[in-house]
Amino acid sequence: MFNVEKIRKDFPILNRKVNGNPLVYFDNAATSQTPLVVINSIVDYYSNYNANIHRGVHALSQEATDKYEQARIKIQKHFNAAKAHEIIFTSGTTHAINLVANGFSSLLNKGDEVVVSAMEHHSNIVPWQMLCERTGAILKVIPINQEGELLIDIYQDLLSEKTKLVFCNHVSNALGTINPIEKIISEAHQVGAAVLIDGAQAAPHIVANVEELDVDFYTVSAHKVCGPTGVGVLYGKEDWLNKLPPYQGGGEMIAEVTFEKTTYAELPHKFEAGTPNICGGIAFGTALDYMNAIGFDAIALYENELLRYATKKLLEIDGLKIYGTAKHKTGVISFNIEGLHPYDIGSILDKLGIAVRTGHHCAQPIMDFYKIPGTVRASFSFYNTKEEIDILVQGVIRAKNMLQ
Amino acid sequence: MKIKEIQEEIIDEFAMFEDWMQRYEYMIELGKSLPLIDEQFKTDDYIIKGCQSKVWVHAKLDGNKLIFTADSDAIITKGIIAVLIRAFSNQTPQDIIDADTAFIDEIGLKEHLSPTRANGLVSMVKQIKLYAIAYQTQLN
Repeated sequence: MFNVEKIRKDFPILNRKVNGNPLVYFDNAATSQTPLVVINSIVDYYSNYNANIHRGVHALSQEATDKYEQARIKIQKHFNAAKAHEIIFTSGTTHAINLVANGFSSLLNKGDEVVVSAMEHHSNIVPWQMLCERTGAILKVIPINQEGELLIDIYQDLLSEKTKLVFCNHVSNALGTINPIEKIISEAHQVGAAVLIDGAQAAPHIVANVEELDVDFYTVSAHKVCGPTGVGVLYGKEDWLNKLPPYQGGGEMIAEVTFEKTTYAELPHKFEAGTPNICGGIAFGTALDYMNAIGFDAIALYENELLRYATKKLLEIDGLKIYGTAKHKTGVISFNIEGLHPYDIGSILDKLGIAVRTGHHCAQPIMDFYKIPGTVRASFSFYNTKEEIDILVQGVIRAKNMLQ
Repeated sequence: MKIKEIQEEIIDEFAMFEDWMQRYEYMIELGKSLPLIDEQFKTDDYIIKGCQSKVWVHAKLDGNKLIFTADSDAIITKGIIAVLIRAFSNQTPQDIIDADTAFIDEIGLKEHLSPTRANGLVSMVKQIKLYAIAYQTQLN
């Protein structure tokens, strides 16, 4: 039984005040808050078994290695990957995308094509632009409609035997649109292209089954799913990960080193140079355990209820426009009020203790599409309540009255 | 009036407000009422791009005094610009170079000048100083 009051007690930060008001945290798409069980696992690591992994013969190192590898298996099972070594620990989604983009530098030729969606975060645009500059490959863009949905017909036309790679987010950070990635993946595979899906925004709401999706690469950041910052994973099909060259050189990623030649370690260590974020990886596993105990189906159902309630209440405000009205979306509402700047609205909401994001959300192409400087974005999590949405709505009305 | 005196005057004015609401309402009024920059200067040559809001700044020398005009697309940002202009415009470049900006903290608008806000204001203060240095060199 989903009990939000009970869940809220798991998050110490929800008790604090901001500018004299109880915190209303609606910036979950930027980062999620951390439950006590995850905080405790971080404390436990540093209090009881902090050691470097995979190399020490001593007990602490063994214990830390075991816990870290157990976390990898938890993540593997969560995303239903076939093998644990298909899960590569990274510093987050951006690192994971760069790892793949860098690897493809040696696989692409001049005139090859890569396809990206128009609703990407800058972190899923810039590494590919850099890749195209290095290789002479051509970047093609899947356009969106006014609702903020990808135009799949045009996507199909963009694909050809020249297409080598397609990358797209599972869920848009700025609009909340859930993209039809099943179709995107299967269409790309028909022309022999590999697909990377950025799952950063989807992971808190939807469990991606990478085997069923048949996706080649899937990326996730721990801090969006109640875990700590600075850690995430790249899922990659074994074949692809074997094909890609290592990204960074260093310790851990080698098999044998001489000055004449170095041979690389097996997966996953080939891509995990240097001492990793051990504590972060373990806490990431704890965070997934925590969310799975609540249940992603229950979370999705509750968040959808919040989304519908907030959409209805916000639209009652005169002059308010929502950007991103796709049929399938997560709990993200990007909006503006006619004649008002998002920065001004966000500044006043902050004074009322309400945390929202304002600006272009690292997705300038979307803002250019709608011809706006940015939006106010409220993004919901399973620990938010309808009462908090009422506070947001009152805050927006107050901001509007002050500013107009 | 010297920059320091104007800053003290602004601090006194803001001290009258009892809470943030009144302070913000005043900033919004300032932002609304001041025509700040000639439209011809509202171009990319004079823009300071922030993640959040845009700021345009223009400077010209009038005798030995520097006159600033500026604008922003966000009204609260514009209100802060009005305060900055009141303090720094119509002063000699040397006085502007020597002036400190701590008064912004004292009037409770510090958060808007935090680099994390990325609203162009931090760059605006820097730009005001840079203009002053450039014109001081010219005067020498």
